[in-house]
Amino acid sequence: MSVLRGRGLRKRYDSLDVVNGVDLDIASGECFGLLGPNGAGKTTTLRLCLGLTYPDAGEIELLGHPVPVRARQARQRVGVVPQFDNLDPDFTVAENLLVFGRYFGLPRDAVAAKVPALLEFAGLTGREDARINTLSGGMKRRLTLARALINDPQLLFMDEPTTGLDPQARHLIWERLRRLTQEGKTLILTTHFMEEAERLCHRLAIMDRGRLIAVGSPRALIAEHIEPHVVEVHGNGFERWMGRAKQLAGRVERAGDTAFVYAADPAPVLGDLSARPELSYLHRPASLEDVFLKLTGRDLRD
Amino acid sequence: MRWIAVWRRNFLVWRKLVIASVLSNLADPLILLFGLGYGLGALLPSVQGMSYIAFFAAGTLCSATMFTASFESMFSGFSRMHGQKTWDAILYAPLTIDDIVAGEIVWAASKAWLSGATILAVAAVFGLAASPVVVLTLPVAFLLGLAFAACGLIMTVLAKNWDFFSFYMTLIMTPMTMISGVFFPAEQLPRPVHAVAQALPLYHGVELVRPLVAGRWPSQVLVHLGVLLAYAAAGYAIAITYARRRFSA
Repeated sequence: MSVLRGRGLRKRYDSLDVVNGVDLDIASGECFGLLGPNGAGKTTTLRLCLGLTYPDAGEIELLGHPVPVRARQARQRVGVVPQFDNLDPDFTVAENLLVFGRYFGLPRDAVAAKVPALLEFAGLTGREDARINTLSGGMKRRLTLARALINDPQLLFMDEPTTGLDPQARHLIWERLRRLTQEGKTLILTTHFMEEAERLCHRLAIMDRGRLIAVGSPRALIAEHIEPHVVEVHGNGFERWMGRAKQLAGRVERAGDTAFVYAADPAPVLGDLSARPELSYLHRPASLEDVFLKLTGRDLRD
Repeated sequence: MRWIAVWRRNFLVWRKLVIASVLSNLADPLILLFGLGYGLGALLPSVQGMSYIAFFAAGTLCSATMFTASFESMFSGFSRMHGQKTWDAILYAPLTIDDIVAGEIVWAASKAWLSGATILAVAAVFGLAASPVVVLTLPVAFLLGLAFAACGLIMTVLAKNWDFFSFYMTLIMTPMTMISGVFFPAEQLPRPVHAVAQALPLYHGVELVRPLVAGRWPSQVLVHLGVLLAYAAAGYAIAITYARRRFSA
């Protein structure tokens, strides 16, 4: 069953096509990742799906409701974790959940009954009365996640849920998100962390310049778009050696002081390198990051 | 009625800081009222058949209502919209920007009403508003609050930064306070200035409140109410238009 369906979504700001013909189909229970460099149009796509921004063209159906016409009804069963925390600084931790629940028209007692379990989920038990500005970045993120669950949503939208967090905080968020998928919730997240996408997402779309340029499971994307072996080479004379490498492997790319050699069979390359002690190398399996860089290029985006 | 959740959010924050909030809304107008009212009033004969302090109490009720509604809708509203991103968070729920605009306007009007009502209570304690008809100033104060809250919220949804509000304060609100009959009868102003005042909401608030404080029925009640309603309704419509543009474009 499809919980979110988008057809031909377009959004233009000034003369820039921020979202330029995006189709989406998200099945119930899946964790779907929207992966892309800065400015690819990920956040605008999420806002279009939520009915927060009106599209210039295209159709959206969210939980069976046409959006933006009936976005209000659709959002009744949707949770949102924004890229930048916007917890209410005028309230305590528990009050943030209580007040937010009332925006959904939920009765006070029903919201209050949910608060202890949500605080437990967020690892904030005992911090009910803490002020928002005394929380760490990781705590704020977890509270924002708990807030998004106050209406027991079927579907959660998360815009870069772990950006700016330290590794401990990030792993805790990942663990919680996996728990939510196990409970059957549908998750849609944007990220530019490949590791996050590989660990969490059943299916991914790589987005660039307003378009989805590849869609599939992390493994399928790697299998489809990239050679299975990567050898990273650096050291004196690596540039000269690149010419030789091109005869031994399918594809050779340069980024800064490193040559990236992509090969179906790495043996000839590794054999050649073993005779060149001046070059150091790392042989590894191809990853999502290689796919991402192949499809979106190595140029800086800012 | 979903906007009530927005009103309630602001009310809950206000309740936490109620003493500081009420004091800051009342200290200025009451100091001005008693300072000017008794100080300047001692030099003056009666104005329009009232003691100057009673005359000025009616004006203060209106100007305090105006300032509270304007400050709440502009400075506090902008802080919630722009600084804290509270509006963004509310929009994730099944609320729309229209609900937020309505909730903010009614909230600012409620707070303004409380300022007006408290000044009325102080005036009554000092024997400046003795007739039972003064209770009719309460709905007028709420309507006046709605008119200024709606106009203030237009500024808020148009504002890029805090400086934007100083134009409205300096170029519109301060002159309006001077010409609308708060401190002295508006009729004594040159005819063109009086005509400008008649086009502005504060004048009509004063024209309704002052006779009521004196225990008289105001003249042209429907005209005054109509202008205040028009400002509230038009302000609401314009604020919603620009709010939608700002948030959903």
